[in-house]
Parts: sequence; C-alpha cells; structure tokens
Amino acid sequence: MTITGDPAQRPSRTSHVPNEGTAEAAAIERARRDMLNDARPRRRTRIGADVVCEALIRQGVDVFFGYPGGVILPLYDVLADYPELRHVLVRHEQGGAHAADGYARVTGRVGVCMGTSGPGATNLVTGIGTALLDSIPMVAITGNVPGALIGKDAFQEIDINGITLPMTKHNYLVRDANELPRVFAEAFHIARTGRPGPVHIDITKDALQQETHAEHPSDEEVVAGLPGFRPNVEGHPRQLKLAVGEIGRAKRPMILAGHGVLHARAWEDLQAFAEKTQIPVAHTLLGIGAMPEDHPLSYGYMGMHGWKHVNRAIQSADLLVAIGMRFDDRVTGNVRTYAPYARIVHVDIDPAEIGKNVAVEVPIVGDAGRVLRALLPMVDAVDPAVRAAYFEELAAWRRESEAGSWHGSGAWRDGYLSADYVVSRIGVLTDHRATYVGDVGQNQMWLARYAGFQLPNSHVSSGGLGTMGFCVPAAMGAALGAPERETWAITGDGGFQMTFQELMTLVQDEIPVKIALFDNKKLGMIRQWQEIIYAGNYHSAHLLGPDYLKLAEAFGIPGRKAAAPEEVDEAIRWAQGVDGPALVWFEIAEEQNVFPMMPAGKGLSDLIEKWGGADE
Amino acid sequence: MSDAAATPAAASAQAATPATPTTPAAAPAHAAPPARSLPGGGAQHRHVIVAIVNNRPGVLNRVSSLMRARNFNIESLAVSHTDAPDVSRMTITLRGDDVLVEQATKQLYRLIDVLKVQDLTADPTVEQELALVKVRVADANRAEVIKVVELYRARVVDVSEGSVIVEVTGTEAEVDALVALLRGFGIKELVRTGTVVMSRGSGSIEEATKR
Repeated sequence: MTITGDPAQRPSRTSHVPNEGTAEAAAIERARRDMLNDARPRRRTRIGADVVCEALIRQGVDVFFGYPGGVILPLYDVLADYPELRHVLVRHEQGGAHAADGYARVTGRVGVCMGTSGPGATNLVTGIGTALLDSIPMVAITGNVPGALIGKDAFQEIDINGITLPMTKHNYLVRDANELPRVFAEAFHIARTGRPGPVHIDITKDALQQETHAEHPSDEEVVAGLPGFRPNVEGHPRQLKLAVGEIGRAKRPMILAGHGVLHARAWEDLQAFAEKTQIPVAHTLLGIGAMPEDHPLSYGYMGMHGWKHVNRAIQSADLLVAIGMRFDDRVTGNVRTYAPYARIVHVDIDPAEIGKNVAVEVPIVGDAGRVLRALLPMVDAVDPAVRAAYFEELAAWRRESEAGSWHGSGAWRDGYLSADYVVSRIGVLTDHRATYVGDVGQNQMWLARYAGFQLPNSHVSSGGLGTMGFCVPAAMGAALGAPERETWAITGDGGFQMTFQELMTLVQDEIPVKIALFDNKKLGMIRQWQEIIYAGNYHSAHLLGPDYLKLAEAFGIPGRKAAAPEEVDEAIRWAQGVDGPALVWFEIAEEQNVFPMMPAGKGLSDLIEKWGGADE
Repeated sequence: MSDAAATPAAASAQAATPATPTTPAAAPAHAAPPARSLPGGGAQHRHVIVAIVNNRPGVLNRVSSLMRARNFNIESLAVSHTDAPDVSRMTITLRGDDVLVEQATKQLYRLIDVLKVQDLTADPTVEQELALVKVRVADANRAEVIKVVELYRARVVDVSEGSVIVEVTGTEAEVDALVALLRGFGIKELVRTGTVVMSRGSGSIEEATKR
C-alpha cells in the first residue's frame, strides 16, 4: 500500500488507542478525559474525597499539612465542606511531612501530611523516612493517577507505593472508594498502636471521585481485620520476675530511658520506678524529657556526644535496665567494649529490637508503661543509703564532667559567642518549659546537652535518620500541636538553608515559632569531623549564607542579630516579646567543636574531650 | 560469651578474669574488661522458615524487600496458595546462625500481612524440591543418561534429538547430587522450584494461624 498526498486516499484509522474496543481501552480513554474535566456538580453525592475527610475527623485530626496537585485536587475540592479540618498549606511537601512529625512528637497523636502524585509524593519521602527511624505515628496521604493509567507512565506518575514500602510500617494503594473507610481506620490504628510508625495511603484520582456508601468500621472490626497485627503490650510474668531478680542483685544499676518511655506516656511510671529502686536514669537523645533533668535521679544524656559522666557510669554499671531504646550505634559505640561489666534487662515493645544490636540477659517484650507498672509492686524499695558510695562516685564524676564543659570553652573566654551558652540561656529564659526543636549536627548536640529539659515531649529532634532541614518545618507542627508552650526552633545555618521556605508558612498561617539560628558559616559537624578524623582536610565545610536579617524581613518576620555574649539574653527576650514568628541570628564562634566526642567505631571509654588549640 | 575468644584481646582478657563479668571493684585493676559478646556469630547453617501470609498483591514484594533491606540472604523462596484462598504460604531457606534467623523471623512478624512464621529447621519435616533439567544428549549416551536418571528415581519427561528433560523431586541435597551428575553430560537449561516443607505429624501451621 502506498501512502499518497491525498488524505482521502490514506488507509483509515479510527483511533490511536491500543486495543481499541476493549474495556481496558475504554477505561483509559475515560480516565484521560476525566483528568481534564472533573469539576464536581453543584448537587453532589458522597465521594471518596468525602470519606477521606470524614475519616480524618473520626480519627481526631484537627490540623494537617499538605500541598495540592493535579490528582489530589478532588480532595481539595471538598475540603471547604469540612471546617473542622485545618489544612496548612506548606511550601514544600517535605516541610509538610516534618510538620506532621513535629505535631505527632509533641502531642503523641497521629500527624497527617498530604501531597499529590509524582514529585509531591517523592518530596514526602524524606519526612516519612524520618518518622520511621524515630517511630513517629504518621499517616501520609498521596493522590495517584487514575487507576486505569497506573503503569502507563502518566503525567506525574511514579510507583510511590513501591518507594514507601520499605520505609513505612505499612502502606496502601487504594483504587476503589469503597475501601477507603477500612483503609483509613486501619492506617491510623497501625500508625499509633504498638511501636508507632508512619503509614502511607496512596489513592487513585478516580477513587477520590467515585461515589460510595461504604461505612466506617468500628474499632473492633478494624482489629479483627488485622490478624497479623497484634502487638504484645504486657510483659511476660516470668521475664518480669527475672528482671526483679537482676535489679535486686545489682550494686551499680543504671536505667537507660529511650523514646519508648515517651511514646508510652510512661514518664510518671519511670519516675516512680526509679525512685522506688533508687536507680539513676540516663537517657538517649530521643529519651530526653522522660525525666525532668533536675530530678536527683536524672543522670543525663548518653552516647556519642553525651555527657562523659553518663558514659562512664554505663561503662562501670553492673546492670543496665534499658527501657524503650534500641542500643543504636550512636549510643553504644563499639559493642564489644560497651558496658563490659553489665548484665542487661531490655524492655521494648518491638520484639525485633531485642537481641538486634546487643545480646541481652533478660528480654521483656511489652509497652514501657505497662511493664513499669507491672514491675513497680514487684521490686523492693531501696534505701538510698544502700547506694551511698555509688551515688557519691556518680556525683563526683558528674561534677568533674560538667566543670569541663562550656564554662571552660575557649570560645567563651575569648569573647566569641559560644553556642552552648546560647542554648543554656534559651533554656533558662523560657523556664525550661518551651518546646525545643533541633536540627541535625552540632546544634542538635548543643541543644540536647545544655537546654535543661523538664517536660516530656518538649524536645523534638531527628535522631535516627538525622535529617538536616528538619528543624523549621518540625517546629511549625510542634507549635500547632502545643500552642500553650513557646516553640523554639534551634537550627544551624546549614539545616536552615535547606528548608527555610517554610518561613512563609509561619507567616501565612500565623504560627509563632521563635527561630534561633546558629550561624558559624560552616557545616559545623562536618568541619569537626574533618578536623579530627580527616586530618584537617576541609572540603565543603565552609558555607556561605545570606544576610539573615534581610531574609527574615523579606518573609515579613522580625529579625535580630546577636554576636556577643552580653547580647544574648536581650535578643532572646526580644524574640519572646514578638507576637508571632521571630528570628534571632546568633553569630557564633566559627570553629567551636562539640565535646566530648566518641569517634565512630570507638567505644564509650574512648571519648575525645579536647582537640588542638581552639577548645583548650 | 560464646564467641568472646574470637579476638586475641578478648582471649587474653578471658585468661586474666573469670568467665563471668564482674564489677570493677572485684576485677584486678590491670585486667582489661571482658569483651561483650555480639549477637550472632554462631555456626552458620541452612534454615527453613515457613511464613503464612495474607494473599494480597504486593506481599511477596514486602517479604523480599524486607529480606534484602535487612541483609538476609535468601537461598530459595517458594510461594503458593494454601487451602484457604485468602492465605498464602511462603517457604524461605536462608543461611545464617540461629540469632540471624531469629531476627529474620521477628522482622517478618513486623509486616502486617505476615500472619505466622515458623522456623522448621530443627523439626521433623517432609522436604521436597522439584527441578527440570534439560540435558544435552547424543545417540551414544542417551541410554546412559536415562540410567542415571532412573537410579535417582527421577524421570525423563521429554525426549528430542539433542536433549532430554529430566524431572527430579527430592530434598535440596538430592537434587544437587543429580544435577552434579548430569552436568557431566552438559546441562542446557535448569529450573528449580525452591524447597517446600511440611512438618511431620498432625500439627498444622495453617490451623495454628486460624483465629
């Protein structure tokens, strides 16, 4: 057959659709048409998007963080019908995920974030990963292309279900609106039950638009529908008895309190248990706040940049009672040399955490609160006098290590602004009763060490994943979650420059976050590692930054600078007085290190406390 | 302290101090503290795990993704329906020490779609694997191949001019043995199903899963 110039002579072709005439082809045609023409009729029926809103309200969600896009628009189309739901329009989906995370950390409730398909979904991924590693209850919602277009590389289509599969507690792809009530009920149940974690729900656009009469399941129906999800919350009586025996025999016991204590809201149980048994409490980075730091039995923060006295106590302990922590490498260092004299009682709600990083003598699978409440009547009350020698030694170690801290730092003596000093002043001037949100790196360690935490869930920090850029967006969520407390975002110039677009969200949604920006014009922790571990071979550690006052001004946020120790208090008080968000630019010493430091691969007894001349 | 003697430093510490860790007060001042034993490090051997899972799209992906991410090396994986249409059964064989396999089991339980996991390694079981082997033959040695096949209670299921297809059923070791012999004739193609296993006696993992 020859093709001639005359169109009439060409062979006829009715369509370019593959498999023309089949049901599949018709569905694709319909989906393509619907992508362009989807305004809902004035008088409308209940559609998938309504089910999503109803489910969020049923789960007690009052605020969530999202960013619209093509396939999630059906949901935004109905949002105005649900005034109970406050939607915060973020500037980047990553910010939305971190905000949901920050909200969840201060409230203990499930944080919700939302994005569209493709780039909207992939932008959420860092925030979901952050939530997974820190066991944060979160539900992330994404739209996806209409079901018939899945797998066709449609506009903004990516296999987000495949991407989030290894980094969520569970995930769903919903293609039928009738499944939405069950899926949402399950997702919230899974996210907050047992060891919390993020759950991702991907919903096709046609499911959001599909009419449905499906009813929301009861709590019992949800549990019955998840036979593979029955977390064990009660400690086994035999194991509890073994633990009581260990505790009774121990002469130098130490409690290691982790994030699990906060997840279980068991801070009072922890305190009661520690007081009855007279066991000092050390805490992990995420366990900060499990016990007020001014409590006589609170001993301090452990690990790579933890207090020397705490690590020393762990190394000499004969019993570690680990509660809701997972012996992360930042906590143990080299496991071979970790706590060499200690037997270990390990309480965790996730059986997979037990025996994962260290071998333990008494494993107890259960919820930290329930286990502590069960143990309390079983243990003998200990007279503090029995431990007098032990406590005296601990107190001496503590005095020594605290005296060698920022008071002696060279930066401080030379009139430079020392970051640890700023953190401690923020702690004091907020009466230790604000929410303190850290970023990642040196600022995170200074915050953990020097703010002086008194309240549970007042410390928000990306521990497991170590996500730079976490601070400002997480503080946004934290401020909305705990509006009765002041919220301080304590960030370095590196992390700040990753996500400061959310400053605009703070303004638009009137979220009164106070930002303490620690500017050393460096990626400080990178610089510190390069100085100490890579023989001073600095590369990419120096970081140019903008004029942060002009930057804040451009966003409409009042800003102020402090570059000398005597300006610190006034600047903090000024920020506290601002009605709304405020930024304080602290120009800190450029080459200050965080000490002590345990080099990676070394043990808790190998802390570096000084280096070169700068900090001597 | 099963593997405390693995390093020279630990070995000398063992000699200087009692086997059980003691408090610093009791330990001689000059002695290095005993090394803490790491989880695992025990004898490596083959384990057979059976997992009962929801029969839903993506479950196989979840299981294989988890095994990859957690650094467990799967030797074989066989999946099929059970008698209940909503439930599937996976038989996973992997190499490692007991601690590693216990971790794998616990990690599998973290998946919402995993209903029950059992390590059947130490139990009395029936274990079978099926293999199809396309063996190169000529007129001269066809009879010899068939003889070997009969010796192993395998059977020839297809014959053509230049090859035969041999079907063999047996334990992994039995299949290995026949495959090794057939390799001498030249293997053109080989496919194995992976091991499936069932515990002997009246106990049933499926019944134990039912709620």
